[in-house]
Amino acid sequence: MSQQLVDALAEMRENEALALVGEMVKSGTPPLTILSDVRTAMDIIGRRYEEGVYFLPELMLAGEMMNQIMEMVKPGLAGAAVEEHLGKVLIGTVKGDIHDIGKDIVVFMLRVSGFEVFDLGVDVPAEKFVAAIRDFQPQVVGLSGFLTLAFDEMKATVEAIAKAGLRDKVRIMIGGGQIDEAVREFTGADAYGKDAMAAVKLAKGWIGG
Amino acid sequence: MDKLEAAFQRLLSPKGPDGNDVQFQSAEAKANYQASITRIKDAIQLREPDRVPVTVLPSMFPYLNAGMTVEEAMYDYDKCTAAFKQFILELQPDMHIGASAPGPGKFYEILDYKLYSWPGHGVAPEHCYQCNEAEYMTADEYDLFMTDPSFYFRNFYLPRVFGALGGFSMLAPYTSILEMYGVAFNFVPFALPPVQATFQKLFEAGAEALKWAMAMGASDAELTTLGFPTILGGFTKAPFDVLGDTLRGTKGIMLDIYRRPDKLLAAMDRLVPIMIGMGVSAAQQTGKPLIFIPLHKGADGFLSDEQFKKFYWPTLKQVMLGLIENGCIPFPALEGHWSSRLEIIQDVPRGKTVWMIDQTDMAKVKQTLGQNACLIGNVPSSMLRLGTPQEVREYVKRLIETAGQGGGLIVGNGAFFDEARMENVKAMVEAARE
Repeated sequence: MSQQLVDALAEMRENEALALVGEMVKSGTPPLTILSDVRTAMDIIGRRYEEGVYFLPELMLAGEMMNQIMEMVKPGLAGAAVEEHLGKVLIGTVKGDIHDIGKDIVVFMLRVSGFEVFDLGVDVPAEKFVAAIRDFQPQVVGLSGFLTLAFDEMKATVEAIAKAGLRDKVRIMIGGGQIDEAVREFTGADAYGKDAMAAVKLAKGWIGG
Repeated sequence: MDKLEAAFQRLLSPKGPDGNDVQFQSAEAKANYQASITRIKDAIQLREPDRVPVTVLPSMFPYLNAGMTVEEAMYDYDKCTAAFKQFILELQPDMHIGASAPGPGKFYEILDYKLYSWPGHGVAPEHCYQCNEAEYMTADEYDLFMTDPSFYFRNFYLPRVFGALGGFSMLAPYTSILEMYGVAFNFVPFALPPVQATFQKLFEAGAEALKWAMAMGASDAELTTLGFPTILGGFTKAPFDVLGDTLRGTKGIMLDIYRRPDKLLAAMDRLVPIMIGMGVSAAQQTGKPLIFIPLHKGADGFLSDEQFKKFYWPTLKQVMLGLIENGCIPFPALEGHWSSRLEIIQDVPRGKTVWMIDQTDMAKVKQTLGQNACLIGNVPSSMLRLGTPQEVREYVKRLIETAGQGGGLIVGNGAFFDEARMENVKAMVEAARE
């Protein structure tokens, strides 16, 4: 493990972190060793976000650093073992709503927390959620929506999942600008989350880990 | 008499576009109008009004509630204003914000507006328009922007967000037009077909914008004669949101905090007088002092308190002080949760600002910001949509108890809403009156 790399990442020193990875790749450090350091750093970043030390600038920069490092180590990664995940989460912004910032943060936090996340994007119709539950087989489904119109669409999506006979296969969480307990009850979802950490806690509570 | 006092005096004796006194439809309408203005003025200036004033600040609700789609409200200006009038007559609030929220659909179409998707253009007829976030200004364009923001907007930003304004990218900077020698070269682009095509579209779009603005003006004027005032003069934005919402985008600006903090700070400084000017000139044109400032990326969870103090607040405060100096009333909306910022933002001149509160705890707001500023809010959207009239009444009663002491409260909804139960909205207004 390179403590220097972990520190550079966790302290948001982007240039230093990328230079270190460049050197490590050059000197033949195995990609999985580098990625394990990245994972260690991302855990620290996630914890600091949870503790209210880090906010969006840090999460966004962490995501950028992670993507750049993935590109750098990718050539050496072919055939390497895929890492184990805690569980699967399917997520998307419901039909009629094209807001993605909140959802993207939730996706990022779930991924750095060890979940395999399938992100359907924005303006996702109920049928698409249903089809993806069949194919991807997640334990948790996250419905995102920023507008008041999302209340009805979330309810319709939960109903469509039930109608397809899949309601008891998944736990459903909702989140977004105006979502609260009253909306959760209205939509028939299992829980709502106020922020990305709440989503991670819910997923961990349901799946374990 | 200071500028704001003069603005209120003008509002109390409104004049029509012809310069003559507005003819109210009845003596009662005139009395109601003046009582509402006085009530709002007292609330803003932190004096106890005769009763707590109430407002309704909807997004698409008046139009959906009238049984039309958002698309219809955006394309049929008469239907739009008729629905809004009906809405105001039914609720009778002390203050409204006009029927301009849907905007002119045809105008956006003529200019091929790409920054938003709207009904028939990317969203369903019954849904509200939504912003397409992207990096419309790239990270390496800060210097270009700061050198001449208007040139940057015309030649780079506008062609990216309006498909029909591509011709702008070929124009020379106006600041090159200096003296006889060489002056004609600057005008050569106007001979080029893409530039001429852009100007043709602009004439068409201008005509449509005028048609819509006339409908909105007539609507406000009619509501005035019926006794229902609006004091909303226009809007401006916090410099951080100017860059973060539609130029650099959320991700762009968050990364800039780490990658190019000095450029970001300098660009925001450059925007301060521009954003003051935007609000002041709108207030002058409309004769109304309230300047709306929707606040987005300073909410809890976006930035740390340190980042907020360094990047978000200083230039926003400067914009507000500039507005106040020019007789305007800054009207920032704290969208989402802002608990962690209250102690920072309470540092504003007393009795000069109005804040729309969304989900921040009103008791906390009253103890901090509310000591210096009037608050509007904060009946939740979810309650208006899913609650019962009884719940709304109880909420408003509690609200007045917690935040109404000594003036400084205007009862209203916390966030602009599209969908609700009319009986709940009505309960909100009635409860405030009781």
